[in-house]
Amino acid sequence: MRRFANTHPIWTGIIAIIVVILLWLIFAIWPPGLVDVIGRKKVFLSALFNGITLGGLYFLVASGFTLIFGLMRNVNLAHGTLYLLGGYVGFHAANITGYWLLAFPVAFVVVGVCGVLLQVLVFRRMEGEDLRQTLVTIGISIVMADLMLWGFGGDFVNISPPSWLSGPVETFFVTAQKRSGDLVYLKYPIVRIVIFVAAVVLGVGMWLALNKTRIGMMIRAGVDDRDMLSATGARIQIVFVGVFAFGAGLAGIAGVVGGTFQSIAPGEDIRFLLASLVVVIVGGMGSIPGAALGALLIGLAEQFGSVYFPTYAVVLTFLIMVLVLAFRPQGLMGQS
Amino acid sequence: MKRALMGSLSAFALTAMAGGVMADGHSGPVKIGVLATLEGTFTVLGEDGVRGLRTALAQSDGTAGGREIELIIQSTDASPDSALRGARKLIEQDNVNIVIGPLSGSEGIAIRDYSKTAPGVTFINGISGAMETTYVTPSENFFRFNTDGAQWSSGLGNYVFNEKGWESVATVGEDYSFIYTQVFGFVTEFCAAGGEVTERLWVPLGTKDFGSIIAALPDDVDAIYLGLGGGDAVNFLNQYQQAGGDANLIGGSIMVDGTVLSSEGSAKEALIGTPSAGPQADTWDNAAWQGYVKAYQDTFPPEERFPSPSLLATGYYNATNAMLTCMTEVGGDLSDGQAGFRSCLSNLTLEAPNGTITLDENRQAIGTNFVSEVVELDDGTLATQMVSMAENVNQTLGIDKAAFDAIGLPSRESPACRSSY
Repeated sequence: MRRFANTHPIWTGIIAIIVVILLWLIFAIWPPGLVDVIGRKKVFLSALFNGITLGGLYFLVASGFTLIFGLMRNVNLAHGTLYLLGGYVGFHAANITGYWLLAFPVAFVVVGVCGVLLQVLVFRRMEGEDLRQTLVTIGISIVMADLMLWGFGGDFVNISPPSWLSGPVETFFVTAQKRSGDLVYLKYPIVRIVIFVAAVVLGVGMWLALNKTRIGMMIRAGVDDRDMLSATGARIQIVFVGVFAFGAGLAGIAGVVGGTFQSIAPGEDIRFLLASLVVVIVGGMGSIPGAALGALLIGLAEQFGSVYFPTYAVVLTFLIMVLVLAFRPQGLMGQS
Repeated sequence: MKRALMGSLSAFALTAMAGGVMADGHSGPVKIGVLATLEGTFTVLGEDGVRGLRTALAQSDGTAGGREIELIIQSTDASPDSALRGARKLIEQDNVNIVIGPLSGSEGIAIRDYSKTAPGVTFINGISGAMETTYVTPSENFFRFNTDGAQWSSGLGNYVFNEKGWESVATVGEDYSFIYTQVFGFVTEFCAAGGEVTERLWVPLGTKDFGSIIAALPDDVDAIYLGLGGGDAVNFLNQYQQAGGDANLIGGSIMVDGTVLSSEGSAKEALIGTPSAGPQADTWDNAAWQGYVKAYQDTFPPEERFPSPSLLATGYYNATNAMLTCMTEVGGDLSDGQAGFRSCLSNLTLEAPNGTITLDENRQAIGTNFVSEVVELDDGTLATQMVSMAENVNQTLGIDKAAFDAIGLPSRESPACRSSY
């Protein structure tokens, strides 16, 4: 951090100013003049938090995608399919057992096994052939989308959270002050807070596992130089299968999360594939912190866009991608 | 090589034409193509539309004017280009004689335009409800036996202003032609009654995350008008419940429809007591309506249908019945460019379960409209209960045509909220 501040003093200054403004916007009671210009504080705060929670969901999907790409150079375009499958599996698991929490391990295991099958049956047979992998995974995603339409129907599926997670909770953020002097606090859906916390815990856990454990060391070594790692005697195929299973399982968990606070339906696979592609392009292919940053940016862009300029909200996401590609093609956190 | 190719192409074209002519004759099965949204946000709506169509066909034993019916169902996803692709496939590949559909507003506009390029086929609208479809550059072979979204709003503005006493309203709606039309109907009547529409929020069709929109809903209005449908409506209600929303709601026609009121989960309970208007009221005690509800219930086992037909089912049911009635009248004769069949459709007085329907000079329905409120029935299901009804609602909503044209076509901002139009 200090090194960054020393080498980029201007950028550090700009980032510091933005952070201060943001903190002021979050904690201060807005003067009426500001409300006239950009609307009520409640709208701003909600868009901010919704963007962060949506970013949490995108992170869950994209981190698996970026991990698989970083280690194996596999562009798995069936990743959205794994998300959708996780959602359906979780929905039925929660319905049959009656326990919402049980949906997560079930989806993780089932989708993880699908990931193993993908790795063993498809990717291992065409190692290093990018174009073939891409085309085959597109084919798989189309076939799977039709099979899921056939099996689960075309209807919207919503996984109901348990009663202790439904409804709003009052936070300590002040949105306005009434004439009587009473402060109005922001109410926020508790399920979104839980999902965001879970995403943060998972992200930190992944970062620790990658940077502090032996397996993480092997994975990082594999990302840097696969051939050299296998030459040292590491059983790289097992690492590959493990990473693929974990990445796929994460997509499955994300499916349950997406089905809980949004809903899942045919077509969501493409939407989340596209979202994770944009996230990893913005964040940098193969980088977990990059995926987190990219997911946060895209989530915020979508939510702020939908409130402040709804007509162009869709464009905003891609505008960010275009800007990143133009000025930092390797992604914000990517290594050139 | 090229000559051989040209030769086979022309041979193919000739056979295709001959096939078309054969199918247009008096006998043999009549091919009916159906466009319904069986994918995307409006999947549930499309499925129930097809149920309505099948209810009508079951009542006629699957024949039309003495001819067997060959049914080809084509799925769309509520986007105009999917409807266009579907219609092309039905006409160019399956050689259908009649198309019933589409379901969604912007699909209807696309099919209206496409129908002009397929003069040999008669199009009977499923239930799409954008105003432009028949009001602007209508097509000779496109018939709509359902009233449009603005007609469906008829009576609602006066009811919420005068009876409910709600004077200011903000609207949330999906950003496409049908909801523009619905809001058009609501705003013109509500503002003329003295109400004020303070804000109009638009979300893309198929929006998943309504969190920020829900937060952006103004607190200082008497009620929120919701113009959403299908999956979007269910998503909105779920997230509205999670956010603890408790404003007064006003429902668009497909917001308080069976498709949403029969959805899973408890979020729909926010709709109990919500006033709305549309081409039907679920619990109407009219004999013809009850007969239709019974026919719908008898055609499908309970787990494969809603407790009572949605307005989508009713729309496809009426369209199919109009087709069947006229096929019987012309004795199954679709020759001469279907002239006899079309003239019958144009002059038909359809005794539909939801009131008498006639067509105007644009082949657009003039029909009955219902103001209703959502109630919880004894068996725990939700349904709409009639508050009042108005017969013979026409497309200009009873406003003089010149004055109606001056309002402008429905869009995000139009019509402006004024006290007289």
